[in-house]
Amino acid sequence: MQIYLPIAELSVNVFLFLGMGAGVGFLSGLFGVGGGFLMTPLLIFAGIPPVVAVATEANQIVASSVSGALAHWRRGNVDIKMGVVLLIGGFIGSTIGVWVFTLLQGLGQIDLVIRLSYVVFLGIIGALMLVESLRAISRKRKPGGKRRKLHQHNWLHGLPFKMRFRSSKLYISALLPLGVGIFGGILAAIMGVGGGFVMVPAMIYLLGMPTAMVVGTSLFQIIFVTANVTFLQAWQNQTVDIFLALLLMTGGVIGAQLGTRAGAKLPGEQLRSMLALIVLGVCARLAYELLVRPDDLFSIGAAMGHG
Amino acid sequence: MVWMAKIIQANGRHLRRRLLLLITILALNSFAGFTAPVMAQAVVADLSDHLIAVTTGFAGTKLLLFGAIEGEAADVVVVVRGPGEEIVVRRKERLGGIWINRHKLVFGGVPAFYHLASTQPLEDIATDRILARHDIGLDHIRLQNPDGTNGELSEFRDALIRNKQRIGLYPKTNGQITLLGNRLFRSDIYFPSNVPTGTYNVTVYLMRNSKVISAQTTPLVVSKIGFGAETFAFAHSHSAIYGIIALALALFAGWFAGWVFKRS
Repeated sequence: MQIYLPIAELSVNVFLFLGMGAGVGFLSGLFGVGGGFLMTPLLIFAGIPPVVAVATEANQIVASSVSGALAHWRRGNVDIKMGVVLLIGGFIGSTIGVWVFTLLQGLGQIDLVIRLSYVVFLGIIGALMLVESLRAISRKRKPGGKRRKLHQHNWLHGLPFKMRFRSSKLYISALLPLGVGIFGGILAAIMGVGGGFVMVPAMIYLLGMPTAMVVGTSLFQIIFVTANVTFLQAWQNQTVDIFLALLLMTGGVIGAQLGTRAGAKLPGEQLRSMLALIVLGVCARLAYELLVRPDDLFSIGAAMGHG
Repeated sequence: MVWMAKIIQANGRHLRRRLLLLITILALNSFAGFTAPVMAQAVVADLSDHLIAVTTGFAGTKLLLFGAIEGEAADVVVVVRGPGEEIVVRRKERLGGIWINRHKLVFGGVPAFYHLASTQPLEDIATDRILARHDIGLDHIRLQNPDGTNGELSEFRDALIRNKQRIGLYPKTNGQITLLGNRLFRSDIYFPSNVPTGTYNVTVYLMRNSKVISAQTTPLVVSKIGFGAETFAFAHSHSAIYGIIALALALFAGWFAGWVFKRS
């Protein structure tokens, strides 16, 4: 069954896009990432114009994050105080990000910068997570092994504006989550993602939050940052396709619910190594495209595009 | 044609006679109108539809082009040209191990869509010079070229056509026109689901001895119709409200899914 997307201006198969939404939604619920870093490249591979893919994906992440965050909320896994500090950073960051995006677009290299940032960030984070989770798994298998320290103190703990985050059992400087939020916001605007794939590891390794809290709290923050991006894109560039968003949402919200349930049953370390492998897979695919000579060295585009 | 009127008169049925007379006069009038420039009359053609409605269920469509030719045997060539647009062509180069866009040229007046069909292969119908003069065939599409060396221009131009062919907006092979008894012709024109909107021109060329002896152009409108079209118009005229609606939908969808799953 075909449906014509009025903003993307092409006709697509309904079931293909419902399936894509469900698959990515499942991973989103499972890992607490928005899923944008998988969905945006998938949409582009499926022929959706990149500007529409990025904007519509932000809209879809709003829906999947709401349903995901609600599920975590009911289990008490959202640290509101931490979420609000991250959110302030997120708004600052996405504003900076949009400004940088416009600058790079003027230079004609936004495509390359998007791809390069995917390769760099997915590569670093994927590798870190894989090593860390494999270590944790092997520690568990050797009983009597050295137990990890609860907190590793370094210069980050000497920063001012200390704040108590009761739900996460942390007493750290507010500058840390603010910085993480700003960084996530910049990436959200430039890469067309929720930013969860960067924030989740940053919250685990940098802030030292409990893994159970990280997922719900990042989803909570992502709702508002992607809502901001959706509105700005629809208002300024008219690139949000409601039809496409509804297809992805329908598949996505169902997938996210199932993913959240599956996540509650799976052990955290296995979960983390699985996410690491997916992240590395997407990274390798994008790196391959940058490094291997393309079939056609030439590409075409509208000279006066939508945005 | 006077004999026709006489036969009708002999028939004696007034009403029918008047009606037929009227038709005859109308036919003669339109005939006279068409014959005025003697050359231009030799071909008459029309499309099965002059509007392609891009609706929510649109998945590409096929139109039938049909017509008739006058006089001796001749060849027919049909060209469908979409509205002109500006296209930027970029070339990748290897820099520090990765392939990045380095050089670009912008072409103007690029037909958004191009389709060609003929009764015989083009090279058997006319010389390159004639085809070029009438802008017939992918090799002869008239573009507003940017500044650049000749070699560079032709390389970028080929790339433009190759990329258009890949997305199905330019033909990989030319279409067929079926000629019946050297008088009637018909041809199917396929429009893919990503067909650009705008006003198209469908031109029928009648060619004999490597010359264009007659040509007729019919407009064709490709337009978004229905709920999808209204959505597109609203997204552009009330973008802020559209953005809020998009957000409200997403928030509701997320909340609703959460609610449903909580109950089950």
